[in-house]
Formats: sequence, C-alpha cells, structure tokens
Amino acid sequence: MSETPIFRDGEADRRYRMQWFASRFAIYGILAVWAVICLFPIYWTATTSFKMAPNVMQGHLVPWWDYQPKWLGWKSLGLSPDTIGASSTVRDEFLKRFTNSAITALASSTLAVGLGTLAAYGLSRFRYRFGPMRNDDISFFFVSQLILPPVVLALPFLVLYKALALLDTRIGLILLYTLTVLPIVIWIMKDQFASIPTELEEAAMVDGLGVWGAFLTIILPIALPGMVAAFILSLVLTWNEYFFAALLTSTHANTLPVMVASQTGSQGINWWSMAALSFAAILPLIVIAALLERFIIRGMAAGAVK
Amino acid sequence: MALVQVLQATGAADPGFSTWRPTLYAYCIWASALCWGQVLIRGERGKRVLFVLPAALFVISLTVFPLIFGLAIAFSSWNLSNPDGRQFNGFANAVQMWSDPFYWNALTNMVWYTLAILVEYAIAFGLALLLNAQIRGRKFFRVAFLLPLMLSPVAVSWMIGKSMLEARFGPLARLARWLGWENPSFFGTLEMARLTIMVMDAWTFIPFMMIMLLAGLQAIPKELTEASRVDGATGWKSFWEITFPLMLPVSITAILIRVIFKLKLADIVITVTSGGPGGATDTVTSFIFREYRDRSNVGYGTMLAMVYLVMIIVTMTAIMKLTARWARPQT
Repeated sequence: MSETPIFRDGEADRRYRMQWFASRFAIYGILAVWAVICLFPIYWTATTSFKMAPNVMQGHLVPWWDYQPKWLGWKSLGLSPDTIGASSTVRDEFLKRFTNSAITALASSTLAVGLGTLAAYGLSRFRYRFGPMRNDDISFFFVSQLILPPVVLALPFLVLYKALALLDTRIGLILLYTLTVLPIVIWIMKDQFASIPTELEEAAMVDGLGVWGAFLTIILPIALPGMVAAFILSLVLTWNEYFFAALLTSTHANTLPVMVASQTGSQGINWWSMAALSFAAILPLIVIAALLERFIIRGMAAGAVK
Repeated sequence: MALVQVLQATGAADPGFSTWRPTLYAYCIWASALCWGQVLIRGERGKRVLFVLPAALFVISLTVFPLIFGLAIAFSSWNLSNPDGRQFNGFANAVQMWSDPFYWNALTNMVWYTLAILVEYAIAFGLALLLNAQIRGRKFFRVAFLLPLMLSPVAVSWMIGKSMLEARFGPLARLARWLGWENPSFFGTLEMARLTIMVMDAWTFIPFMMIMLLAGLQAIPKELTEASRVDGATGWKSFWEITFPLMLPVSITAILIRVIFKLKLADIVITVTSGGPGGATDTVTSFIFREYRDRSNVGYGTMLAMVYLVMIIVTMTAIMKLTARWARPQT
C-alpha cells in the first residue's frame, strides 16, 4: 500500500501549472510562427543569391546541406570576391543608383527634420495667427498633407519639373521627398516637445537667452531622441520610395528601387542576380532595423498614446 | 503671398524663359527675404514666426501651387507627346471619367483593399497582446516583426510576389501543393490575385499597426487589469470589458493612419501585376500611373487624381466624424 505523500500539489495547483505551461507554449508558438513569416522571405532572398539554376528549380533551402553556395548572383553584380577588383558596368550602375538613393534619402531626411523640428517647436510653444488660421489649424494644415495621395501631386509635378528643368535631378526628388515625410516629422516632434516642460525655456530666458538661444542650447539636446526617431523613419520611407522616383527620373537620378523594379520587368529570370540586387537594396535597412529598433518604435508610437 | 501665387500662375500662362528655373530662384529669394523681413520689422515676435515660416513656405510652394496648377490641367486635354500642348476642354475629362469602367473598377478595388485593414487590425492586435505578455527574447521578436515594414515594397514584391509565389518552384507554391492545392497560381483568378496583393501589403504593414497598438497596451495602467483579475474577470472577459474599450482611441488612430497609407498603395501592384488580371488588382494610383506611362495623358490622369482626392477627403472626414465618439479616451 503506497503512502500518500504529505507534501504534494493539489489538483487545482497542478491544473493551474498545466494551463500556465500550455499558454506559454501557445504564446511562443504563435510568436515563432510569425517570426518565421516575417523572416523567411529575407532568408529566401539571401540564400537564393548564392544559388545556381538547378538549386533554384529544385527549391533547395539550406546552404551546404542540400546545395553548395556559389557567388553566382553577386558575380553578376560585380560584387563577389573574385570580381571585386575587375571593372564591371553592372556594379557601376548599381553603385550609381545606390549613391543616388543614399543622397536623396539623407538630404531629404535632414531637410525634413530641420524644417519639421522648427515648425513643431514653434507650434507647440507660441501662439500664431495667420489670417483665420490659429495654431491648431496650422498644425492640421501640416499633418493633413499626409492624406494627400502622391498621385494627386505626381502629374502636376511632372509638368512643373519639366518646366523648371528639375526632371531627373536629385534636387527635384529631394524636394518632393522632404514634402512627403515632413508631416510625419512634425507629428513626431510635436509629441516630443509636448513632453518637455516649458519651465526649462522660461528659466533659460530669465538667464538672458533669446527665443532661439534657448531653443538651440537647451531644448534641442533634450529633443534629440525624437529627432533621431523622426530622421530614421524619414530615411526608411525615402529610401524605399518608388512611385515618384519611377515617374520623375529616367537616367541620371533614378534610385535603387527603380533599378530593382526595372529588372523584374525583364523576364530573363536571373534569379540569383535579382536576389543579390534585392538583398543589396534591403541590407542597409536590415542593419538599421537591428541597431536602431528602439528609435523606430518610438517614432511610430509617438502619435498612438496621447 | 497671394500676390506672388498669382504672379507665378500668370507667369506660367506665358512662358518667357527657355526654362522656368528663374521662377524657382525668385521664389527662394523672395521666401528668404520674407523671413528676414519678419525679423527686422517685428523684432522679437518676428523671431518666433521664423520657426514656422520656413516649413509653411516650403509646403505651400510645393503643394498649394501644384494643386492649383493641377486643377488647371485637370480641365484640359494635354497629351505630352502631342506638340499642340495644353488645350482647355472643359468637362470633357470628367465625362470621359464617368464612363471609364477601369477607373470605377479601381475605386471598387480600393474599397476591398481598405476593408482588408480590419483583418490586419485583428492580427496586429493579437500579436501586440502576445508581445505585451511576459516573454523572453522580446528584443529579437520586436526586430523580427519590425523588419517587413522597413523593406522597400519593390524589393518585397520581387522577393515574395515574383520569387516565392513562382508557380513551379517558389517555396510558397510548393507549400500550397503540399497542402493539397493541385495547381497553385496566385494570380490566376481575379479574387485570388486581389487576395495575394492584400496579403503582401498586409505583410508589410501589420508591424506598423502592431507597434502602435503595443504602445497603447503598454500605456494601460497595470492596476486596471490586476483589479479586474481580482474581481474575477477571466482572460476573455477582461479583454472585452477592460482592454478593448481602453484601446479604442489608439485603435482608431492606428486604423485611420493605416487607411491613409492603404489609399496610397501602388508600388506592389505596379511591380507585381501591373493591375492585372483584367484590372482585378488595380489601385487608383497604379491605374493613373499606367494612364500616364502608356498614354502620356496628363490632363485626364490629373482629373482622375483630383476626383480621387475629393473622394478621399470626403470619406476621411466622414470616418473621422463617425469615429470621433470612440476616439476620445474614456473616463
């Protein structure tokens, strides 16, 4: 006859623990499935860029295990180890597009953060009147630009740029991109400035600083995280922009997305080189996401909680 | 300011220069002069105006003026390949639009695409709830979940649309075959093609809603959920009676912004399907894009875009009015 142990878990305790484990398991299961959904396309692109034709056809998935990785895709871009020294027209093309993308994205984000920070600060601290428009109306005017679909501006801009000789120039794209991300910057920065107490500037002004002095020396350093968030978000959006770039550029100023898209059209299906190109286009963003994820999330969450 | 707008508009009517670059320089000089003038004339108050003025001048010159110009184009017949240039043709574009089945088809598609947001919202909410739970490796999951949003839609449309959905050997097609779908073609039928585009767009943008909702969830005071647990509310009940009502304002904001982004949907459609098959996946933006690219028809395209803008403004205002009741934080 077995002795019932004195110290044992009650029925309810055991059921509770079972439930706890089951729910843990379910949570991690769903999260893992979603992580696979998010990451698999990236993994697929990265591995495809190292595949040969038969590997693609047979749907091989794991490098070294069911296929031998080759530099084929990267060679066609001129970026593989054995071609990196030689000259390559494709690589020049790629680098040109890459530079265009980088310059337009960086310049327009800088411009947008500059203009947007000033505007957001002014709107959150001073009272303005512009005709019948008060502060709220002016803010709404800025943020409402977000609703404006790009297609409405696209054709007038095309004609205007043609007249202004700005078609197919980086400056034209930079101006337009600044316009598209400006509402988002103002949104984020208004949220940021609202969290900084006004007493700070008041104290600074008592100490003899002007409006701009107080802003530049006291407030701006505190608002830096918000600015970084706004800058990175603008950078991502402008780096990825395709519609305007496809419409307003042709040979000189076109950006990386345009290059990627023009390759998809030609159905020669060089899977490996397409994969290499796509992966090269998204790689900077993956790095940014991994390193600066905190700021991006902060920027996107800015408007959510009031 | 109005005077300059008029001057520019009349200057646009009879081009005197070979290019209008000088107009641009003139505007820049005028704008900086205006800024300095404010400081000189109004002193301290002028310095305050200087915060908002540059951005305002920038936005006005780049949206208001093109919009006015766009209105002028919308009522004219203007084919860029036609040497005659612009000709006023009254409401002919509007009449043509009225009987253009493809435009209305694109608008109907937009309704479908917009309705898909509700499903995205449900998924995003679920994921946000899971991420808000006490879990390990949160940093990894956050980065992984964020990534789709960061990637360029054009690259995504190649990665998923062209490569993974490739009917013969794409991994997703393989998976579909394994699951028992004999002949997986993701762009074969109208409904399937539309659904595929929806899924790809959702893949990119679910992280966005998820992060907004997660921020909202983390702002809910812990005491509230704990109190409800003490009062005996179980998971499901506490979600519907505590969490969900508290999350309504955030949800409305997230959905509204998502609608705004959805109405701009074009990149994926242009690069994957070009609107096909038979216009089933066309969005208004991609339709106008092709209208311009294939026919260089600036006048008609602008008319379509302007009508679209009016529709968007009306719909968004209506939605905002309707949801204003729930958008306020409940006390």
